[in-house]
Amino acid sequence: MKRLISYQQAINEAIIQEMGRDETVFIYGIDVADHLRTFGTGAGVLEQFGKNRCFSTPLSEDAMTGFGLGASITGLRPIHIHIRIDFLTLALNQLSNMISSFRYGSGNQQSAPMVIRAVVGRGWGQSYQHSKSLHSVFAHLPGLRVIFPSTPQDAKGMLIAAIRKDDPVLMIEHRWLYYQRGYVEENPYEASLTGCRVLREGNHVTVAATSWMNIEALAAADLLKKHHGIEIEVVDVRAANPLDDSVLIDSVLKTKYCIVADNDWVHCGLASEIASRVAEKAFGELRAPVEKMGFAFAPCPSAQHLEVEYYAGAKDIVRKVEANLGLKQSPLKETDFPSYENNQFKGPF
Amino acid sequence: MDLDLRLYKKIYLIRCAEDKIRKHYREGMMKTPMHMSTGEEGICGGVIAALNKKDQVCCTYRSHGVYLSKTEETDKFFSELLGKRNGTSRGKSGSMHLMAPDDGLVCTSAIVAGHIPVAVGIAHANIILDNKQISTVFFGDGAVDEGVFWESLNFACLMKLPVLFVLEDNDLAVHTRKSQRHGYSDLNQIVSKFDCAVFESSSADAEEIYFLVKQVIDCMKSKRCPAFLSLKYFRYLQHVGVGNDVDTGFRPTSEYKDSLESDPIEILRNKLIQRGKSEMLADVEGLVHRQVDDSYLRALKSEFPSKAELFDGVLQ
Repeated sequence: MKRLISYQQAINEAIIQEMGRDETVFIYGIDVADHLRTFGTGAGVLEQFGKNRCFSTPLSEDAMTGFGLGASITGLRPIHIHIRIDFLTLALNQLSNMISSFRYGSGNQQSAPMVIRAVVGRGWGQSYQHSKSLHSVFAHLPGLRVIFPSTPQDAKGMLIAAIRKDDPVLMIEHRWLYYQRGYVEENPYEASLTGCRVLREGNHVTVAATSWMNIEALAAADLLKKHHGIEIEVVDVRAANPLDDSVLIDSVLKTKYCIVADNDWVHCGLASEIASRVAEKAFGELRAPVEKMGFAFAPCPSAQHLEVEYYAGAKDIVRKVEANLGLKQSPLKETDFPSYENNQFKGPF
Repeated sequence: MDLDLRLYKKIYLIRCAEDKIRKHYREGMMKTPMHMSTGEEGICGGVIAALNKKDQVCCTYRSHGVYLSKTEETDKFFSELLGKRNGTSRGKSGSMHLMAPDDGLVCTSAIVAGHIPVAVGIAHANIILDNKQISTVFFGDGAVDEGVFWESLNFACLMKLPVLFVLEDNDLAVHTRKSQRHGYSDLNQIVSKFDCAVFESSSADAEEIYFLVKQVIDCMKSKRCPAFLSLKYFRYLQHVGVGNDVDTGFRPTSEYKDSLESDPIEILRNKLIQRGKSEMLADVEGLVHRQVDDSYLRALKSEFPSKAELFDGVLQ
C-alpha cells in the first residue's frame, strides 16, 4: 500500500524495517541517539532496538569510520550517520585507504557491508563548512558506491538496497529534500543503486539532475511548459558510482539536447563526467553542446544575497533550455522558484 | 609439541622466510616494498601463540611476522610476494597487506594507524555476536603520533571493548626517533590514565611474551576492559627494503652489536639447548628450511593472475 509520506519519514521507515528484519543492522554516529535523532530520520530506533543498536559516539569521525569497517567485516551491518557531509572529510583516510579497497585488497575474500549516510546543508547562512556536496570526490574512489536519492520512494528503496548490499555505500541526503513528499510503498523494497530514473517525460531537452537539482528541474519543466508549451525530460541521476547511464543516453538520443544540473561544483565534478559520457555516446545526435551547471566555483558564502548567487537553480535551467532551442526569454518571478528564500527551510541547521 | 618448540617454530619460520627474501629480493622477482619483520619475531610469535586461532588480528604493513606466526604457511605467502594468483590476496596486495581471514588475520594497513579503529569495530562486533573472541591490533611507536590512535583507544575504553593494543616500539618512525617526535616521555603512563589495563616489557623472548600475554588476556576478561601492551624490539633492517641502516650511515654499528645480545631467535634457541632439546630443535629447523625452500619454488612456478582479473573484487 502506498502512502503520502516525506523523504525523512521514508528514510526512517527503511531503517526501522531493515533493523527489524536483520538484527546485525545498527545505526551510530555523532548525536544519533539524541532527542532530535538526525532530523527525525532515526525516530523510534532507540526505543525499539535499544542502545546496542543505536548510539551516539565521540566526535571521532576517522576512528568511528574504521570502527564501522571492523564491525562490518565481522558480521554486522553498520549505518554510520553524519549530519553534514563536510564532517565526513575527517574520515577520508578510512574511505579512500581502508574501506573502498578492502574487498579488492583481500582478493575478493572479504567484504565491507556498511552504509554511510551524510547530509548536505543549504541556506540560512550555512556557509562553507556546512554546505558541501562532494559526491565527485567520493565517486572518484573505485570500490565505494555513492548514491543520492531525490524522491521519498528512492530514499526508502535505495537505502534498503544499500543496507543489503555487501559493499560500502555512501548515501548523500540533501537537507531540503527531507520535506519532499511522495507516495511510498509501505512494504520494504529495493531500488536500483546504479541507474538513472526519468522523473518527468518530455521530448524537447534532457535535463540530467542530481539530488536537489531535480526539484529545480521539475520547477523549470513547469515554467517551460507554461511559457513555451514545451516538455523537458528530467532524468534523475541517482548514483555517482557505479553510474549506469543507459536511461540518460536513451533520453538524449530522443531529445537531442542535454543540460547537466549538478548539486555540486562543476569543475572536475560529476557534471563533467556526465557531459563527457553524453558527448561520447550521443555525439552524432546532439544539436548543441552539452551544458553544465552547478555551484559557483567558490566556497559557499553566508550572506543570503551571495548565497542566492552561489547556487544554480530552476531559472538557470529555463534560460539554458530557451537558449538551446532559440526561444525568447520568458518573464520569470523569483517566487516561481523552489529555492526562493520563502521555502520551508528556516534553519537553524 | 612443547610450547617452547612451538614458539621456536613460529619465530624461526619468520627468520628463515625473510632470509629467503633477502637472498632473492635483488633478483627482482618479488616486486613489492618489503618491510621486514627480522628482529620482531619474539613479539609476533609470543603474542600470536597466546591467542586462539579464531581471535582476530589487525597489523601493519610490516606484516610478514604476524602472518607467518598466525598461519605458519608459506605457499600463499611467497606467491603473494611474487604477485601470483594463488597468493594471499590473489596478487592484489603484496607484502604490505598479507591477510588470512580464515586464520584470523583480517586487516593490514600501510597507512600508519589506519587499522587501529578497525580492531575496535571488530571487538564491538565480537561482543554483539557474543563469540568470546578477542581483537588484537599491532602498531608501531609512529602510530601513536596519529590522532586516530587516541580516538580508537578512547572509544575502546569508553565501550569497555576486548581490544588488545600491542605497541611494537622500535624507537623509529621510518628514520625519525621518538625523541624527535614526542612532546612527552612516558607513553605508558599517559595510556594508564584511560580506563584500560597497561602492561609493558622490553623482552625479546617469545616465551616470556607469551606468558605475559596470557596474563593480559586474563586481566581483560576479569576487568572487562581493553589492554595496552607496550613491547620493544630492535629493527635489524632498514624501514623498507632488505638492506640495513648501517650501510647507509643512518645507525652506528655499535647499536647492532648491542642488539645481538637480545636476538629473539638466539634467546629461545639457547633456552632449548639448555633444556636438552637440541635434537628436536634441529628437527624443527630442518622442517622449516624445507618448507620455505619448497614453498618458494612452488610459488615461482605458480601462475600470474590473468589480465581480466584486474577488476575482480572492486565491488560485489
